Amino acid sequence: MTALASLKRKETYIKLLNELRYALYCIFHPADGFWCISREKKASVASAHVLLALYAIIEVLRLTLTNFQFVRVNMEYFNALFAIGSIILPIALWSVANWAFTTLMNGKGKLSDVYIATVYAFTPVIICNAVGIVISQFITYDERELYFTMLTVATIWSIMLVLVAMMQIHDYTLLKAVASSFLAILGIGFMLFIFMLFFSLISDAVMYFISLINEIVFRLY
Amino acid sequence: MKIKLFLVLLLIFAFITALPVAAIGTGTGAGPTNYTYNYSFWGEEIAMPDAYYVAATINGNDFGIGNFLNPQGLYIRDNRIYVCDTDNNRIVLIEYHEAGDSYSLVRVVEYVMINQQQSALSRPHDIFENRNGDIYIADTENNRVLRLDRDFNYINSIFKPDDRSFDEGMDFLPLKLVVDHSNRIFIQARHINKGLMEYNIDGSFNGFMGASQVQVSLYDYFWKMISTAAQREQMELFVPTEYNNVALDHEGFVYTTLSTFSGNPFDADPVRRLNAVGTDILVRNGMFGDSSPAGDWYWSSLGGVDGPSHFADVVTFENDGYVCLDRKRGRLFAYDFQGNLLYVFGGRGNMDGRFVDPIALDRMGTSLFVLDARTSAITRFNHTEYGSFIDRAMNYYYEGRYDESAAMWDEVLKLNGNYDLAFIGKGRAALRNEQYYEAMKFYEAKYDRESYGKAFQLYRKEWIEANITTILVIIISLFVVTKGLGIFFKIRKNRKGGA
Repeated sequence: MTALASLKRKETYIKLLNELRYALYCIFHPADGFWCISREKKASVASAHVLLALYAIIEVLRLTLTNFQFVRVNMEYFNALFAIGSIILPIALWSVANWAFTTLMNGKGKLSDVYIATVYAFTPVIICNAVGIVISQFITYDERELYFTMLTVATIWSIMLVLVAMMQIHDYTLLKAVASSFLAILGIGFMLFIFMLFFSLISDAVMYFISLINEIVFRLY
Repeated sequence: MKIKLFLVLLLIFAFITALPVAAIGTGTGAGPTNYTYNYSFWGEEIAMPDAYYVAATINGNDFGIGNFLNPQGLYIRDNRIYVCDTDNNRIVLIEYHEAGDSYSLVRVVEYVMINQQQSALSRPHDIFENRNGDIYIADTENNRVLRLDRDFNYINSIFKPDDRSFDEGMDFLPLKLVVDHSNRIFIQARHINKGLMEYNIDGSFNGFMGASQVQVSLYDYFWKMISTAAQREQMELFVPTEYNNVALDHEGFVYTTLSTFSGNPFDADPVRRLNAVGTDILVRNGMFGDSSPAGDWYWSSLGGVDGPSHFADVVTFENDGYVCLDRKRGRLFAYDFQGNLLYVFGGRGNMDGRFVDPIALDRMGTSLFVLDARTSAITRFNHTEYGSFIDRAMNYYYEGRYDESAAMWDEVLKLNGNYDLAFIGKGRAALRNEQYYEAMKFYEAKYDRESYGKAFQLYRKEWIEANITTILVIIISLFVVTKGLGIFFKIRKNRKGGA
């Protein structure tokens, strides 16, 4: 009830806007910025949700609106939900895997800290994707390097921000941040493997009962 | 009432379902004789109307000389069709008469007279008629190439080269040959992987030409490095691949095909156009990524046939297009001068337009002739209306008549609205006519990025030049407004502060 009530108050939105604006501070002052995310509550899970939603929306727009010279999407088979999933799922998996490993490795960050910091670290990619959509309308295939360089720089920038964020929120050295990130990637693979195992076993089990029921139905009729 | 309504609906339904049947019934008399297809931008196989139909099949029996036996070579100049009837040790010359659409036997050559003595042919594999009428025969098992005049009178012979670059112990087994416009003779011989053997007109050996580059991957190199000598002996040798056919185009360049490659056919360049020093100068600007002309893009393993297409022969046209023969699946791949796949047809089987073991390909005008070594028959393909539209559109473009080309592409689109190259062809014509925006639309429809980029660049330039005043006015006014507002707020703030 209180959460719903707070949606009606003006202060909630001002706070949210300030938290989102903090993302711009974070990407230029990562050491300071990410330290304050967990310690001084400069950003919240809510603002991270909003930023992630923005990222997903811009990804869908990138795939649909970018000039066809720079993006290769077969609109016949395009599925916006897959595009959204391709953004949200890796970040969710990363947050869980990273949190799981860093908890064992004396990390100071909570799950929410990891999540907020990761989403905030992707701000350069979000901005450059949005800018790229606009730029792609004005440049030709010969000038494609401009577009692709921008996206590559944004990606590298974001990856470095993720590393710095991990250092700051867990109070790690760079080496430990890299090692824990590497382990987290392994953890993602492991989680996907378990998921697949689980779903295939469940579907096998369900199929068993379905065939059992079918058998009974065929016998009775 | 309800029953009446039901009956009316039933009648309408019956009428609707009967319509397409009627349409098929009253359609064109000749049904499809082939399955013709192409690939879309997304790599999907797309069926299209037939570009060629089977016009005739020619057998040795048609002329009362017994059937051909394992024929290996086919050569056509003007209306003369030369067949190398290999296992019958003879050359058969057939003439085509356009007047009656008929074929007649001109002569059968089983031997040539050398110094008043009969010298029999032994398993000839190829024959070539030069522009001045000289005939060259690859007399394979006699280890020689014969040069004859137009009446098959002996002039001279070409033998195994007396040269250090040719292995002494090796037999000279010429299989395929061409003679270029400056009378250099290029011979592809069995077990020779140094390229084509180049001879002068007097029969002297000139050296090898156009050996294909050896491709060694880092992975192979690594394993070779760490393996022992005994292991190395067991390994595949890194030798250049052997060509399997040669052809000459209208400008005198040599086309070669090869089929002994491992790995990705698109990297192996199975069809090449060699210049005088043996460098591959084939244009590979196919718009679909790195799709170098190499036959099928995807293949399945059906009926014991697996792997990429194996080109066995190539024939070129005046507009620099060419058709390759895939021996493995009996398919014919037509390409334009840029290396775009135009259409694919043919296949394996025992019906008209299908082959069991197609071995040689040549053309008479725009008609294609395919020689099948197993069924010993020559199949003649003529252009359908659709195929000739494509061909003429290409010709017009090649000649620089872009408007006619675009009109021809319109005709193609009437028959096949799915044809990517027709849109791109129309785009090309629009670009040449400086209709940049129209060109962009055509290119965009079929994802031709590079051409779109070019058209867009020109369009953008034109647009900026036309609207430069507006753009400048907007920029300046924006600048003035923002500056002005800034000053305004500053003053107001100062006043407030002052007050």
